[in-house]
Amino acid sequence: MITVNNISKSFNGQKVLFGIDHVFEEGKVNLIIGQSGQGKSVLAKCMVGLYEPEEGEVQFDQRNFTKMDRFERSNIRQEIGMLFQGSALFDSMTIEQNVMFPLQMFTNMTKAEIQQRTDFCLDRVNLAGRNKLMPSECSGGMQKRVGIARAIAMNPRYLFCDEPNSGLDPKTSIVIDNLIRDLTQEYNITTVVITHDMNSVMEIGDHILFIHQGKKWWQGDRHSIIHANNPEIESFVYASAFMKDIRAQLQKKA
Amino acid sequence: MVKSLKQFGQYILMLRVVFSRPDRWRFYWKQTILEIEQIGINSLPIVALMSAFMGAVIALQTASSMESPLLPDYTVGFITQSSTILEFSPTIISLILAGKVGSNVASEIGTMRVTEQIDAYEIMGVNSLNFLVLPKISAALVFFPVLVIFSMALSMFGGWLALLVSDLTTTEIYILGVRSFFNPFHITYALTKTLVFGFLIVSIASFYGYYVKGGSLDVGRASTQAVVSSSIAILIANFILTQLMLLS
Repeated sequence: MITVNNISKSFNGQKVLFGIDHVFEEGKVNLIIGQSGQGKSVLAKCMVGLYEPEEGEVQFDQRNFTKMDRFERSNIRQEIGMLFQGSALFDSMTIEQNVMFPLQMFTNMTKAEIQQRTDFCLDRVNLAGRNKLMPSECSGGMQKRVGIARAIAMNPRYLFCDEPNSGLDPKTSIVIDNLIRDLTQEYNITTVVITHDMNSVMEIGDHILFIHQGKKWWQGDRHSIIHANNPEIESFVYASAFMKDIRAQLQKKA
Repeated sequence: MVKSLKQFGQYILMLRVVFSRPDRWRFYWKQTILEIEQIGINSLPIVALMSAFMGAVIALQTASSMESPLLPDYTVGFITQSSTILEFSPTIISLILAGKVGSNVASEIGTMRVTEQIDAYEIMGVNSLNFLVLPKISAALVFFPVLVIFSMALSMFGGWLALLVSDLTTTEIYILGVRSFFNPFHITYALTKTLVFGFLIVSIASFYGYYVKGGSLDVGRASTQAVVSSSIAILIANFILTQLMLLS
């Protein structure tokens, strides 16, 4: 479980997050959604320590991450896996070396154990046998899956995914969404996904936080968001003609 | 002025993190060996080419200016030796390396920054500055002196070859000139300068690369800025070290 208390953040005097409080639940896919530029990524980056919040604190299972020094944070970070928007694979390494890297860096596993764990993680994301490919030789979807394999290599307790579907076709997006949901349930981890993709919201949104103008605007799940009686959420959910059609049909049925 | 002071402060803070204990020594040694190849061995061709031709030009220019019969014949060899050891090899080669290595380091680290690879290291709990920058600085400190000694030898060889081909002196007289008034302290001075310049080139380039914000255009700008700033730093450090080591 990750708890954020009263998180605020400014850049060059301009406030982008206004005292956000939220609990991200264990064993669930927690979504942070909202339009572009509303502070979703900033909140996630404050949570993992890439940005320092001006006010408030972040707790990973009652451990106050914000007050920790660099060395204490390093221990927590080894429990965090993160999938970046652009995958952020180390481009000088093969995909196998990318997955091996945290294991070699932070564990005392033998070479054989590391190889076994790497093969397992690549197999888990359906990339068995592709060990020696370089990131530049992989498609966007493959790169995302390698990113996930690297993120789960250390058996994380917390998984962060920053727009995991950006740049992917709808079918591959669903594969990635399902993978994230399955891993969350399988290992009972706290997963936080930043997205503005409504397909993802409807597919995996166990617990949703809607951010608008840097503030916590709404929370709920994928079922309740359809009926949320809120103009900002409505304009977000029913932004496309396709979703507007669905709304019209729902209203007809009602 | 305030911005420059802020940047200098940020640079000092960066160095404090860079010079912390590596998370894994095995990774540090492996990275250092790779960096020696990348920023050291790969610079050998350009250093060789520059040194041989510059040595040849120094020798020919000196020979062409020697009109007074009062000057002994071996003066050409002596001047080639002293200009090479005191200034050409440590300073000019370092300025060339600031262009080649500095831009390479700044663009490599800058690209890692804008593609979130540095964030990925940080999220994993890796001290990214230490992991990425320390091996580069170590490689420069180990291999730049080797490059400069190699440059000195090739420069003097180039000078000899040019004089011999142009029939301006004999091998014996040139070697006599090279060995005349040789001061071993000049080698210490040259290598001290090289170590300082190597450190400045890699640390300044890493600084500009690490703190780049934006996209590929900004990486290009950071790379140019790294070359300009490290070249200026080399010139200032050259002046200070010369004052301290040769005149005090």
